[in-house]
Amino acid sequence: MLSRSAPRPVEPPALPEPRGPLSAAVVGGLRRGLEILPPVEGADPYSEDLQLALYCLYELHYRGFAGVPDDREWDPVLLTVRGAAEKVFLDALRSDVEPGGDVDAELESLLVEPVDGRGVSYHLRRDGERWQVREYVAHRSLYHLKEADPQAWVIARLDGAAKAALVTIEHDEYGAGDPDRMHAHLFGEMMRALDLDDSYGAYVDAAPAATLAEVNLMSLCGLHRSLRGALVGQFAAVELTSSPGSDRLVRAMRRLDLSERAVEFYAEHVEADAVHEQLVRRGVIAPLLATEPALAADVVFGIRASGFLADRFGDAVLDSWAAGRPSLRVPLPDAPAGA
Amino acid sequence: MPEPAREIVLTDDGPMLVAGPVEVVLPDGRRVRSDRPVSALCMCRRSRRQPFCDTSHRTKVRTEEDRAQPQRPTSR
Repeated sequence: MLSRSAPRPVEPPALPEPRGPLSAAVVGGLRRGLEILPPVEGADPYSEDLQLALYCLYELHYRGFAGVPDDREWDPVLLTVRGAAEKVFLDALRSDVEPGGDVDAELESLLVEPVDGRGVSYHLRRDGERWQVREYVAHRSLYHLKEADPQAWVIARLDGAAKAALVTIEHDEYGAGDPDRMHAHLFGEMMRALDLDDSYGAYVDAAPAATLAEVNLMSLCGLHRSLRGALVGQFAAVELTSSPGSDRLVRAMRRLDLSERAVEFYAEHVEADAVHEQLVRRGVIAPLLATEPALAADVVFGIRASGFLADRFGDAVLDSWAAGRPSLRVPLPDAPAGA
Repeated sequence: MPEPAREIVLTDDGPMLVAGPVEVVLPDGRRVRSDRPVSALCMCRRSRRQPFCDTSHRTKVRTEEDRAQPQRPTSR
């Protein structure tokens, strides 16, 4: 199918502002090349500095940056830095997340729906304000403008039934052949309807470490064959929890009288993810574990790590809002000035 | 050659899964189309997006029990 919208020229985003010595070395290295390895060991795994450094290094595998040569993607020095930063991040997640091997029990625990839960979507549904919806969407743009891309890396690492079902879900995420129904496209439409900038990477400087960390987990698991089980777990966690969460966001937006163009993205996800939940459980995880039972612990790890980072993100956003402060590092014009 | 039979998957407590584009005729004669690779049709009658599943069949719990479960994503 052909798109009804005019094609936009591909413009890679500008490099973000560094947030510390490591991200400064990485951003400098992306521009000019890197000869001396910056120290990574001992860095705070969830810090602004490390998460931004990792985010920039991963972005080479997606859309790159303006002024950065495309072949920096395979620069051995930058890859060495990435490997060291990934180790710090992954070690922290492995120690902060309890290990487990019972995938069925883990999935069951995701399939109960709290009636009065705590989380950003619950808050937005009940009491959210327009500027808070805009902030939430700006945070989420780091993933949703490349929605499904990090998970596409795992396709080549799967086989048979699990691969076929995962591709079916990805196909749906990419609009099932209609570029105007592609989820990343719908997200951009929603951003414009909310007067946000939908150019790729527009809110990287505004996104705090907790936002970057969720996207970094997807890239980390997607780019390592050794973490394919964790990637499937991460994917499952999102697909299983997304439908009710999207419904709360639809209700938040309707309560705030936002336009149908804004509502469409989350409305689409209520239905789409009700299907994806079934496909990911029956079509992807069941055959994956039947053929590679040793991956069970990593599937659980992916589910729990994803939940752990989602909770950290949610808590940080809600704490900021409760204090009357913006949750973005660069406030939107309609956000309160903060304390 | 008979056409291959269309597969319909019934889930224990959830929706009916049908592959390929479907047009569902509602009791009042309205037609609703889904072009998804797979569509999930509501079987529990609780969906607010009839005839499609919106996961309303899920077990509801109170927050206290819910927070007792470690590492559950709640911010989505």
